[in-house]
Amino acid sequence: MDPGGSGPGGGGAPVLELRDIGKEYEGVRVVKGVSLAIPAGEIHALLGENGAGKSTLMNILFGMPVIQETGGYTGEILLDGRPVRFRSPGEAIAAGIGMVHQEFMLLPGFRIAENIKLNREPSRRNLLSRVLGSGLERLDVRRMREDARRALDRVGLGIDEWLPVAGLPVGHMQFVEIAREVDKEQLRALIFDEPTAVLTETEAERLLETMRAFARSGVAVLFITHRLEEVRAIADRATVLRDGEVVGVVDPKTTSVVRIAEMMVGRPAGPTAGRRQLPAGGEAAMTIEHLRVDMPGEPVLDVSLVVRRGEILGIGGLAGQGKIGIANGVMGLYPASGRVALDGREFPLNRPREALERGLAFVSEDRRGVGLLGEESVELNIALSALEAQGRFLRPFPVPALRPLDPRALRAHADAMIRDLDIRTTGPAQQVRRLSGGNQQKVCLARAMTLRPKLLFVSEPTRGIDVGAKARVLEILTRLNREEGVTLVLTSSELAELRALCDRVAIIYRGRVETILPPDAPDAAFGLAMAGEEQAA
Amino acid sequence: MTIRLPAAVREFGLPRILIAAFLVALFAVAIATHMSFAILLTDCIARVARNGILVLALLPAIQGGLGLNFGLPIGIICGLIGCVISLNFGVHGVAGVALAMGVGVALAVPVGAAYGWLLNRTRGQEMMVGTYLGFALVSGMSIFWLLAPFRNPTLVWAIGGKGLRTTLALTGIYDRVLDRWLQFDVAGVTIPTGALLAFLGLCFLVWLFFRTRMGITIAAARSNPRFALAAGISDERTRIQASVLTTVLGAVGIVVYSQSFGFVQLYTAPLLMAFPAIACILIGGATVTRATIAHVIIGTLLFQSILTTALPVTSQVIEGDISETARLIIQNGMILYALTRFGK
Repeated sequence: MDPGGSGPGGGGAPVLELRDIGKEYEGVRVVKGVSLAIPAGEIHALLGENGAGKSTLMNILFGMPVIQETGGYTGEILLDGRPVRFRSPGEAIAAGIGMVHQEFMLLPGFRIAENIKLNREPSRRNLLSRVLGSGLERLDVRRMREDARRALDRVGLGIDEWLPVAGLPVGHMQFVEIAREVDKEQLRALIFDEPTAVLTETEAERLLETMRAFARSGVAVLFITHRLEEVRAIADRATVLRDGEVVGVVDPKTTSVVRIAEMMVGRPAGPTAGRRQLPAGGEAAMTIEHLRVDMPGEPVLDVSLVVRRGEILGIGGLAGQGKIGIANGVMGLYPASGRVALDGREFPLNRPREALERGLAFVSEDRRGVGLLGEESVELNIALSALEAQGRFLRPFPVPALRPLDPRALRAHADAMIRDLDIRTTGPAQQVRRLSGGNQQKVCLARAMTLRPKLLFVSEPTRGIDVGAKARVLEILTRLNREEGVTLVLTSSELAELRALCDRVAIIYRGRVETILPPDAPDAAFGLAMAGEEQAA
Repeated sequence: MTIRLPAAVREFGLPRILIAAFLVALFAVAIATHMSFAILLTDCIARVARNGILVLALLPAIQGGLGLNFGLPIGIICGLIGCVISLNFGVHGVAGVALAMGVGVALAVPVGAAYGWLLNRTRGQEMMVGTYLGFALVSGMSIFWLLAPFRNPTLVWAIGGKGLRTTLALTGIYDRVLDRWLQFDVAGVTIPTGALLAFLGLCFLVWLFFRTRMGITIAAARSNPRFALAAGISDERTRIQASVLTTVLGAVGIVVYSQSFGFVQLYTAPLLMAFPAIACILIGGATVTRATIAHVIIGTLLFQSILTTALPVTSQVIEGDISETARLIIQNGMILYALTRFGK
């Protein structure tokens, strides 16, 4: 048996213990030496921004096939003191680990009871099954309904267990998912992966109550979230992850929300250099009024902002609060509504082409998905938006659509950009997917710069790239703003980066602008704003 | 377990190497049995020139993200209507071919756009939809050929005087008119210059097209639709453009094919015409999502040469004919192979 937990307050032998877990995806270390221990009856929160390694850790713990397919993991998992190594979720479930997923894993066409008992149906033997195996045993519907009823009652969901899942409100689906875990006998540890993301406030409260009941019955509960107030309300201890590493283990009851938020996003790198005084109340380059964007996972509910000409406006906030949605909405990549004016003139939403033609450009947070044509060459990637939206890099021909490419202009421009931005490549003809993350990001920047935008949206410019490239990318952005006079809207999860670069930082909370802070505002002010406690302060 | 092949082999593609080796073996047997090599080569080149444009027609569909165009008969039917109209008016020579192509292309543009519209509504199942739309249209057109108001006695059945014949001979009208243009002989091998130039010329034009703004846009939208959206490109539009192009080339292709073959084949003849063309481009090295002009040319050369050589060579060596069997195994095996590679 393992002697006690490793963190503060770890009373009793841990039910679930992770020791020095590490994981690499294609050479990138996404989880680095994570250890944590949860004793029976404890609710342990796992906190971290998107990309901090939470999901990977859970995939490892639950034996998801994706982990095996990408080369397995290092370190050790102990359940009740015995080392375990799950090769499939089935093995994890059999060993007594339950998981409530972020996205529902329910069969919509099946009834609630059928979902709860799926693959664990009570059944009776019959003549056929004696000959052809247990797969042909008859379902014991009465016992299925009884078991399902008991599980639903335990989570406080008073609806008929024989209803189909399709058409249920999302909150109810979440509870069905939990009831399925409840129904499993010999449950030792229960993992909740951002379970309250889709719930209303009363539903969320009921869920927290259910979690407490689980803990009281001696189950170890691991609760993944980025809602800090819930962590304070319910968790006994919290482990904070950043960039795949444990930043600290805290007692959320005694640690301030501000401190936890700081741990999640990282402290500023020091005093910011090169600050300048913008003319007070400068001219508006873009005004955004009541912007609403339906971007899954990053919904914007009601954002009003003024972007001043020549400034760098930062947009920050914790993951899922909607900061990412703003740029995507203005650029027309996700359905948006509201009023936006550019240079005092009405600007149409949901028209990506128009956005480019009016002098906007966007470097997406989703580099591989939206930002690049992986199979194509560096030079084509750099030129494509300008070629498409502005008809550049083409030779004359009477029919505009059939104007042929001008390879010499293309090459010359690519060469200049590669030199300017220090893109490490074997040449302009190299396939973009063969570049490193940092150099791919520089290609994205080069494409946006090629458009010669008046206003540039840049989202998560340094996510997933190495330190050297990070500094270079930030330097390019600064130069673009100072020397070329491009107005920048910089969206980032890294507070340090925002504070180093921006003239003002807007903090987004629950789809709205919580507050706008100067970059040299005290840490506490940022922490409070990110936790949505600006008004209370 | 995967077997690691040498880099050079993987680069060229194992299937291509096997098929090229098979072809070399056929040629070797031909020489060993003292067959006329010149005649074999003449046939090979003639068939490449005849079929090339139909293979080329598949390229815009692949580049536009529509996959292998199993709906090629749709374009072919447009071309056939063009042929029948030009024959009905009795236009001879190059003018007749030009009229057939003109009518075919004029029909193929709206038909291709409608086909593209349908494919946009059945996203992800383009190849399945194309196959069945092709089958349905060929069958529907069989009724049209019977009822169409063509009165030229050389075209309609002699008895009854109604309904087009299944095969219309082009002898004396525009039989091999392109093939014979600037035709010359080298060491006993006949080169059908006109048809070959038409094929290579169109290859060049298509290559050029994919270096224009529209062509680059089509390829970019195929490569990453979300990137395209961010660049202000509607991939619904580029897919329709690709569909129009593949249908138009199909129409032109069948006119060139018919004049070289010497007959216009109606009714169920276009039913399976997509399959050998698809086998060609795949043998050339194309995949369901990526194809180049080199794939078109190499594939047509390899596959058509095998078809031409297999029949005489095998009948020399063994009793009976296995060339048709070999064709079906290679053709459908190649398509099957490409589909198993889909999405990898």
